[in-house]
Amino acid sequence: MADMTVAEIRALITKHKRWDLIFATVGVLALMVGVLTFVALFAGMVMDGAHRLSWDFFVNFPSRRAENAGILSAWVGSTLVMLVTAVTAIPVGVAGAVYLEEYAPKNWMTDIIEINVTNLAGVPSIIYGLLALGLFVYKFGFGQSILSAGLTLALLILPVVIVATREAIRSIPGVIREGAYALGATKWQTTADHILPYSIPGILTGVIIGLARAIGETAPIITIGALTFIAVLPPAPFTGDPAAGPFDWLFAPFTVMPIQMFNWTSRPEAAFHQNAAAAGLVLVVMTLSMNALAIYIRYRLRKNIKW
Amino acid sequence: MLKLSRIALAALPAAFAGALCIAAPVAHAQLVKIDGSSTVFPITEAMAEDFQKSTKGKVKVTVGISGTGGGFKKFCRGETDISDASRPILKKEMDDCKAAGVQYIEMPVAYDALTVVIHRDNKWAQTLTVAQLKKMWEPSAQGNVKTWKQVNPAWPDQPMKLFGPGADSGTFDYFTEAVNGKAKSSRGDFTASEDDNVLVQGVSRDVNALGYFGYAYYLENQDKLQAVGIIGKEGAKAVLPSFDSVVNGSYQPLARPIFIYVNAKSLERPEVKDFVEFYMKNGDKLVREVKYVPLPAKAYTHNIESADKKVLGTKFGGENKIGLTIEQLMQLEAKL
Repeated sequence: MADMTVAEIRALITKHKRWDLIFATVGVLALMVGVLTFVALFAGMVMDGAHRLSWDFFVNFPSRRAENAGILSAWVGSTLVMLVTAVTAIPVGVAGAVYLEEYAPKNWMTDIIEINVTNLAGVPSIIYGLLALGLFVYKFGFGQSILSAGLTLALLILPVVIVATREAIRSIPGVIREGAYALGATKWQTTADHILPYSIPGILTGVIIGLARAIGETAPIITIGALTFIAVLPPAPFTGDPAAGPFDWLFAPFTVMPIQMFNWTSRPEAAFHQNAAAAGLVLVVMTLSMNALAIYIRYRLRKNIKW
Repeated sequence: MLKLSRIALAALPAAFAGALCIAAPVAHAQLVKIDGSSTVFPITEAMAEDFQKSTKGKVKVTVGISGTGGGFKKFCRGETDISDASRPILKKEMDDCKAAGVQYIEMPVAYDALTVVIHRDNKWAQTLTVAQLKKMWEPSAQGNVKTWKQVNPAWPDQPMKLFGPGADSGTFDYFTEAVNGKAKSSRGDFTASEDDNVLVQGVSRDVNALGYFGYAYYLENQDKLQAVGIIGKEGAKAVLPSFDSVVNGSYQPLARPIFIYVNAKSLERPEVKDFVEFYMKNGDKLVREVKYVPLPAKAYTHNIESADKKVLGTKFGGENKIGLTIEQLMQLEAKL
């Protein structure tokens, strides 16, 4: 190397830098495929559906007249189903992951469980729907209700939550645990006071990815019997006559956003296709705002982590 | 940790409260559950919408689209009060209902005209005989009949592009039975879609295309497609699908009745009875509005009478009957 002239070294550097440029270009192009597709789809929906977005669209029930039709039952249904999903999937998923990471003995049983969890993430969603139809709808007798749908989607995103939580836990330096143990903390004290708070940002990311997938799912929800036309809302607790119990809404019939969209796109009238585009916009905005919320919470929590 | 629990504690009840507030105070209303065919859905949806308005929300009506077959499965388990059906109940489904002790009253509610459509610039196939349709669609045509010329030597030697609904659809069942003589017996090498709008797009983009679907989809897309006049019997005149040609029975064999099946036990509940009566009284107006062909007024009164007299069972004996006019339909006798 010593006999290389400055000019030769410069040439070598230029050559290597060219590869930098080439890769950067390829990377940008690859990124653009995704981004442009999304922008084009989004722009298409805005052009078709934006003029349908009004207050009425959100507070009206579906109707055979496209101009009167709204998404009230759909967005309330989606929100409630998501609530049930989050309330069940997050504790169960996080607890499962903590056990696997912190408590489980390293043996073949644990290996099998781990492999299964990872594989479950790849099972087609319709399979979860069929399972839920047999289990929740008939066996447990929950019927075609918000509860059944929420639990089905919770099962669906459970692997995602578990995998993300495990990744988050693994990224915590071992010295934190050792420090805690050295001071005499038990496993649970270590987990509750250190492991969980530090891994919250990562867990949240996984939860939101899971929920964002769940809110767009149609197949399993149709399988368990979501409805297409429903012009009533689930009963709010302690209202009505006689008053509804606090959990009556869990057993109410429902519909969700993707099903409402699907029904509208399959209508012959073009006006309904515009409704579907508008509903699509709302669904995308719902998903994006869920992501935004997660990013904000993650940012706030990260600021508090000091190690 | 403090921070974390505070956020969690604040977020959970807030989320719950938020979700609970938006749920409206209409608890414990009476409920009419309907499921079944997506073809019948627009009619039942219109009925449900107006009926709920007329009872000021006292009665809830929910309508699903599990398909005719899926709807009957739920119906025969007693899970639904009414089943939408784009074909009569089949033998197997009758047995299921009987086994579960579910008795029902069959009510035709409208006619749908299966419409054969071609591209607007297609000048040669504006009328077709059933025999020609059979030549295009029968199972043995698969891989053999590829050009228009093979159907009729006078037609262009151009590849024929066929579009039709998928095999799960009642429309497919009826068309194959009416044209090929046996339900579900069809060539398989055509572009199939459960979404009729896909068929509309396909046919409107290719001058050599031909497809079939329900009349409502044709009416909405008349600017993109033309309907084919159907010659039912050799030597007869070609008939275009229209409200009149369906009602007077000349658009045959592609006009089919569509039904609702009402659970006889549910009919004892006042809200179900009211809904069925509302359905029949507003049949003409609402069926027309959603672009199906209404039955004559006396057919709807006939249905109300069947409900009052509890005329149980089906008039079709567990199979599809092809080419029934409205008159013939009403004269059939119901059997369990």
